Amino acid sequence: MSDETRMSRRRFVQSSALAVAFSLGTSAKTTVATTQEELPGSLEDNPELDSWIVIRDERVTVYTGKVELGQGIKTSLVQISADELDVDVDRIDLITAETERTPDEGYTAGSQSMEDSGTAITYAAAEVRQILLEAAADELDAEADQLSVDDGTVTDGNGNETTYWEIATEEALAGEASADVEPKPADEKEIVGEAMSRIDVPGKVLGEPSYVQDLRDTADVRGGVTIRDLPEEEIDARDEHEAQELLHGRVVRPSGYEAELESVDDEAVLEMEGVREVVRDGNFLGVVAETEWQAIQAREELVDAAEWSVEETLPGRENLWEHLREDEVDETIAEDEGNAEDALEDAAETLEAEYRRPYQMHASIGPSCAVAEIVADDQERELNVWTHSQGVYPLREALIELFEDEQMDDVRCTHLEGSGCYGHNGADDVAGDAALLSDAVDGQPVRVQWMREDEHRWEPYGSAMIMEVQGGLDDDGTIVGWDYDVWSYPHSTRPPGQPLLGGRQRENGIELRENDPIPLPTGGGTRNSIPLYEFENTRVTHHFLPEPDVRVSALRALGGYANVFALESFVDELAAAADADPVEFRLDHLEDERGREVIETAADAADWGDRELDDDQGMGIGFAQYKNLSAYCAVVAEVTVDDDSGEVTVDRAVAADDSGEIVNPDGVRQQIWGGIIQSASWTLYEDVDFDEEGPLDDDWSDYPIMTFPDVPEVEVELVDRPGEPYLGTGETSQGPTAAAIANAVSDAVDARVRQLPITAERVEDAME
Amino acid sequence: MSTNENDPFSILKDGDRGFERLTTQEEGDETEEVEETIEFELNGEDVTFDGDPEKPLLYVLRNDAELNGPKFGCGLAQCGSCDVIVDGETAISCVVTVDDVEGSEVTTTRGLGTRDDPHPVQEAFIDTQAAQCGYCIHGMVMEAVVLLEDNPDPSDDEIRDALADNLCRCGTHPEIMAAVRQAAEEMN
Repeated sequence: MSDETRMSRRRFVQSSALAVAFSLGTSAKTTVATTQEELPGSLEDNPELDSWIVIRDERVTVYTGKVELGQGIKTSLVQISADELDVDVDRIDLITAETERTPDEGYTAGSQSMEDSGTAITYAAAEVRQILLEAAADELDAEADQLSVDDGTVTDGNGNETTYWEIATEEALAGEASADVEPKPADEKEIVGEAMSRIDVPGKVLGEPSYVQDLRDTADVRGGVTIRDLPEEEIDARDEHEAQELLHGRVVRPSGYEAELESVDDEAVLEMEGVREVVRDGNFLGVVAETEWQAIQAREELVDAAEWSVEETLPGRENLWEHLREDEVDETIAEDEGNAEDALEDAAETLEAEYRRPYQMHASIGPSCAVAEIVADDQERELNVWTHSQGVYPLREALIELFEDEQMDDVRCTHLEGSGCYGHNGADDVAGDAALLSDAVDGQPVRVQWMREDEHRWEPYGSAMIMEVQGGLDDDGTIVGWDYDVWSYPHSTRPPGQPLLGGRQRENGIELRENDPIPLPTGGGTRNSIPLYEFENTRVTHHFLPEPDVRVSALRALGGYANVFALESFVDELAAAADADPVEFRLDHLEDERGREVIETAADAADWGDRELDDDQGMGIGFAQYKNLSAYCAVVAEVTVDDDSGEVTVDRAVAADDSGEIVNPDGVRQQIWGGIIQSASWTLYEDVDFDEEGPLDDDWSDYPIMTFPDVPEVEVELVDRPGEPYLGTGETSQGPTAAAIANAVSDAVDARVRQLPITAERVEDAME
Repeated sequence: MSTNENDPFSILKDGDRGFERLTTQEEGDETEEVEETIEFELNGEDVTFDGDPEKPLLYVLRNDAELNGPKFGCGLAQCGSCDVIVDGETAISCVVTVDDVEGSEVTTTRGLGTRDDPHPVQEAFIDTQAAQCGYCIHGMVMEAVVLLEDNPDPSDDEIRDALADNLCRCGTHPEIMAAVRQAAEEMN
């Protein structure tokens, strides 16, 4: 896209009152009469049609504020656009999040991309198609509803045709969306619902540049446009900067969370070959060199040269559970139905249990990476950042804050893929690091990648949590009372809510701000804490711990992982007390039809009740509707528990998933499989170790994750709901998998492990 | 999609910059450092590296040869993201030095195949959608190629064992297993 187009898009965005050039009311068949109060998905915040779809030069450019994280969102959005517009998928150019060009859709998180962006693009495309059909009808002197479209060619059935490319004008497509044009009914969709190969996979398998790690020349991609697309005078103006070679930076983080840099003897480092700069700013320490290997070697020297004084501010892992109950707390009742207290007193039988989830890592395979440069002339300084952040606009805010004490006229963030993040990892922080290091070398482009220990020790972990629950059964074995308490630190400390790590560590660093809990219905620590089951008397209390001492933030499924683990484990404990089959017991307490269907489907597919198991094997089920308002997922796990060691192996996991209308069944399947395997790894192995000063796990030997020999066989039954809203898929299987494994272990050895991870030692202890 | 002008990487994809940097002198290498000229074969081409012989192969491949396949994952020989093939065996390029490969044949995905003519293992990985984020995939492909050369018809357990040291965090293991099985069938 040329600058001219960008300018005109902006102009139209500014004159947002501009009416759509064609009447939309004439084709009664495909329109609805009433204007919706709120526009669907992200159209609400970004209503201009041409902020989503631009048709030009026989190509269709689709803009999304969401990003590819390996979840396949690019492919699904291409499918939606192509189907709704009736063009070939090859004709779609999809632009993902850039502050310069795409809508602001916040973060790519919470399994919201299909709901937010998918829905917006669906409605925008339907409306664009209708506008084009009206224009074609004028041109062909036909009725719009008599026309058909094939890859942008519009025909009237009598041999007359025109094309989108002939009739599309910027003016016609520049208006605000009305969302009055209904998208295609499910049975008319040809691309949506069919498996489509991921568009990003071939490049990754063939070793083509695919990641921000592969960016070598910022002049190639500056401002989100390839240099050859720029007008000649702009290329000339940038010539001087173009010649600047990419430098490599590394950071040296303190040896503990709260530390002061006492001294750095950097003389030897500065003499090293290729070293351009050692940057010391308060507790922020880094080095810039000409090559990556030089930067890594210089960093090693710098680690040795730095003297830190570290404060003991953490409880240490052995005191974690006590500490969680003693820490400062903000208590709220999340749910209060009936009278749980009285019901528990009157119950025929009551049970209580405490479940625990430790700190766990995102543990990306590739450490976080970013490239930053500062382009300056006499008047202006602009920061360009290439990042695998989940939110380019929020990161932009955080970077503006990072440079608030010096002149920075514009900050542009462009997303390029990185290693999978599964939530808020080091992606944003490393972008801040790269910006600070670039600033120290007169704005020359600097690529920074964290070392393995930086990622392991400094990424914000998923919060440790305690879940305490009491349940009561009546004489018939029905749950009549449920009292649930959850203790948790925040589940999002994303920028700009909290400052970037480099911003905190600089001299006169940016202070941490107060954390607020993520409110229900989605919730953070409360996510999935309210049972979907029909218990007559339910109380859920959230003990929000606003001041984390270990760095925490959003990890895939947030509190939903631990809450579903606890809730669904305890449902099994009550089922056992009631002498009921776990699947039947759940169905007896659940009215939600879609919930019942995934439980039944998973149980059937897993051969629940009929499957022959060895003595050392067990089977368990876990179920949740993610956030109590998104996708439904049930997982049945089959485990083997080693008699001698207590070691648990997950042999097989069978899931059923209902994510609403399915756009790409391959994509949904892959998200569920991947979610199960990652959750199995959390559930069996993962537990961040830390002492009073900071985290202790430096690498994969300290913090092992599941590897090929231990990966279960996985299967998933997809429940498709054509015409129903997209519910997202990425995080739905995490919680049910944990519960299914815990319940299967209990089934195998008749002993319950209530603390994650379910290690051999804990199984042995439970059996004693 | 492959020729998408809006793809910020498309300009890089247009031209293969090849190994020009490898054959030119490293910058700023006047004194002190031990310099050596090391010759090896990279993806079928004879290349010459002038510089620090202790430099890990990974950085020679990524930064001097400008190859994107091998990735920095840990620098500790723990994750397999940087795996390459050296003389028919997988080598962990973050700990192997460039000196270690003197006179050897080094292969990355780029040397296996291209979009128009992919290696059967690459084709199988694309066909089975054996990547989510894909950061580990280069190493997986390397391991699979070596496995299938040694053992053209591996059992599932043998595939699992061959890939045991390669970490994947997205949970793409089932698709990767399927890719190796499919490649085995294709190659037999």
